Amino acid sequence: MTKTIMVVDDSSSVRQMMAFTLENAGYDVVEAEDGQDALKKLNSSPVNMIVTDLNMPNVNGFDLIRSIRSKPEYKYIPIVVLTTESHDEKKQESKEAGATGWITKPFKPDQLIGVINKVMPQ
Amino acid sequence: MDAQKETFMEEARELLVKLESALLELEVVPDDTDQIDRAFRALHTIKGSGAMFGFDDIAEFTHDIETVFELLRDRKIAVTGELVSLSLSVCDQIKVMLEAYIGGPPADKDEAERILMSFREMVPEQDIGIKQPEEAPEKLHPHEEDESLGAEVTYRISFRPDRDILKNGTNPIHLLNELRALGECDITAHMEETPLLKDYAQEACYIYWDIVLTTGRGLNAIKDVFIFVEDTSDIKINVVDDGQDVNVSVDTKRLGEILVDRGDVSNDKLQSMLKNQKRIGEILVEKDVVCGGKVEVALAEQKHVKRTHEKIWRAAQTASVRVPAERLDELVDLVGELVTVQARLTQKAVHENDPELTAIAEDVENLTGGLRDNTMSVRMIQIGITFTSFRRLVRDLSADLGKNIVLKTSGGETELDKTVIDRLNDPMVHIIRNCIDHGIEFPDVRIQSNKPEMGTIHLSAEHSGAHVLIKISDDGAGLDPVAIMEKAEKNNIISKEIELSEKEIAQLVFAPGFSTAKEVTDVSGRGVGLDVVKRNVEALRGSVDINSKKGEGTTITLRLPLTLAIIEGFLVEIGGDKYILPLSSVEECVELRKEDSDQIGDSNILNVRGEIIPYVRLRKSFESLGEPPELEHVVITDVNGDRVGFVVDNVIGSYQTVIKSLGRAMRQSEDVSGATILGDGTVALILNIDKLVKAA
Repeated sequence: MTKTIMVVDDSSSVRQMMAFTLENAGYDVVEAEDGQDALKKLNSSPVNMIVTDLNMPNVNGFDLIRSIRSKPEYKYIPIVVLTTESHDEKKQESKEAGATGWITKPFKPDQLIGVINKVMPQ
Repeated sequence: MDAQKETFMEEARELLVKLESALLELEVVPDDTDQIDRAFRALHTIKGSGAMFGFDDIAEFTHDIETVFELLRDRKIAVTGELVSLSLSVCDQIKVMLEAYIGGPPADKDEAERILMSFREMVPEQDIGIKQPEEAPEKLHPHEEDESLGAEVTYRISFRPDRDILKNGTNPIHLLNELRALGECDITAHMEETPLLKDYAQEACYIYWDIVLTTGRGLNAIKDVFIFVEDTSDIKINVVDDGQDVNVSVDTKRLGEILVDRGDVSNDKLQSMLKNQKRIGEILVEKDVVCGGKVEVALAEQKHVKRTHEKIWRAAQTASVRVPAERLDELVDLVGELVTVQARLTQKAVHENDPELTAIAEDVENLTGGLRDNTMSVRMIQIGITFTSFRRLVRDLSADLGKNIVLKTSGGETELDKTVIDRLNDPMVHIIRNCIDHGIEFPDVRIQSNKPEMGTIHLSAEHSGAHVLIKISDDGAGLDPVAIMEKAEKNNIISKEIELSEKEIAQLVFAPGFSTAKEVTDVSGRGVGLDVVKRNVEALRGSVDINSKKGEGTTITLRLPLTLAIIEGFLVEIGGDKYILPLSSVEECVELRKEDSDQIGDSNILNVRGEIIPYVRLRKSFESLGEPPELEHVVITDVNGDRVGFVVDNVIGSYQTVIKSLGRAMRQSEDVSGATILGDGTVALILNIDKLVKAA
């Protein structure tokens, strides 16, 4: 069964790049432009994994992760965050919110696939 | 420009508009947090996405400005009119930088620098540099096989995940499967900590794992597996067996030893259990000393190490054919002759100027070269076997003296010519004896000087060009320059007035008639000094070097040629005769005009690019007949770290030299170390430059 990954980022170019990479790798992709949009779309279409940015308008990445984790059906879903800093604070904060792993921006398409395979092997 | 870049440009233009409007709003209402947020996010996205799509200059420029807006957002600094107008110029600057990518005029770097400077001035002192320049993106491709397959190493991994690991969406099974993909893997799950149902929390992970993994992918590949959980979980990775030192036999650690090693059981307990003569694993479990799982892990570990060792051992067994050494020597001799004949053929071909003959000669040359390399490699054996044989020596001698010494080895797979290895044994025994006897201190002395009670002798071998370096180092007392000087004076090796550097003093221990042991001991005091070591190594065309630091230890380095039968030579001519210098020590050639040498007179010193180089006139050394040519050549060589020139009539070039030993009559001569037969059948002597320099 094809797995569905939701990508959440307010930058359309980053979203497009991720969607392109993931679709090429055989995943279905749902795009969301911020946390609010993501939560709305999660209710209508089920996903297997979420990749999200942290700095976003309306509902930011941390709050998004916390809301997702509070839903029983997404309690154990892998969530990977995008961070621009390799600083530990942000990683720590997102882990506390419930993130599974992280990717440091800028990243290359195969790095993205590498992390996806790691937290959700096919 | 590809589609993704275009999307970014479009997006960046939109973001700049948003940024501008946010800034203008801020000018009116300076503490509007929403607008600050919008401005920050716009900058953040421009930076982050810019870096993703290769707009590095924009990302870099935006980075520092983003820092300022972060401070604004955190209310560490306040919005001012100055800041707003500066930020607006940032917008303009980024616009120019963007347009430059699609053919616009290049952005003004000075302007960018000026803006950045003004921004930095706005940041309070203590906040400068809170954002470090970003590190290179982390390596995050666990599946990529970029690491070369190294030697197989067995690791012991203990993975105790955080109870809440599942709540972060991590599935430990995935991690275990990733480990499985790395190599041969045995996983034991421990479930002792799982509580009864009434206390059981559904979302908690009570299980922990012990993994024994044999892989050639290296430690980093394993660490990569745990990268997302390393700070919350308890992960220990230890090397059990690195696949080294398996020369002797298939000999693996006993189960009990492994358990003690892991700290799962104390040695005393193990010994008392052993008295019962049941299988140790069963007893331990029965008596509740360790749980069944632990024993299982230890057994898995034992199995792994055994398998690795067996693999190496079997490979060594099946891949070899035993041949008497003399046959090999004969073969090498024949190949040597062949190389000589081939040289004649090549010379003849050049002389005849016949293209067909030349082609044949070249083919023969290639084949001979291949045959020569192959034959030489047949004679190569690993030095590891010699290393292991010293283990017993160290054990016995240190026990005799009441010292506590362990022998460590590395580079045992380094290959050397069999003859070299055979003749190396005695010098090495001598040096190791010296380390044990004079180098490493008694345990109480070591403790007093804050060293571990256990002394270490380290044997290592490594390649260095056409040579192999064998290092014997100890962490003992080191050489005492004062004691050496006193001794050397007493034994009339040097005179009192001489001033020597620390290195030169250390070299004195190799002088004949030198022995620093205060009393003759059973171990090294046999009346033979290190001078014998030096002589033996030099007979192998090698050299010895010593390095020592008082209180920290001594390292003796033996530099040995890979093979004794053939060397790369440098052919020169003096008075119509041909001579060979070892090419490895030749550094350069310079010309020496007659008028120059007349001018210098008898001082025998040459000025090469401002460097003063002494030289030896080989004409004089060999009492050659006839007049020297108008233009002589100086071959500058490296003799024990000093540059020394040799004046010759003519330089011919490099030459594959098959070494022939000299007859009995000539053996007395120290100036030559051997001879070779040239392509035209004449004999050329191989010069011993070391001795020539000393004689001059």
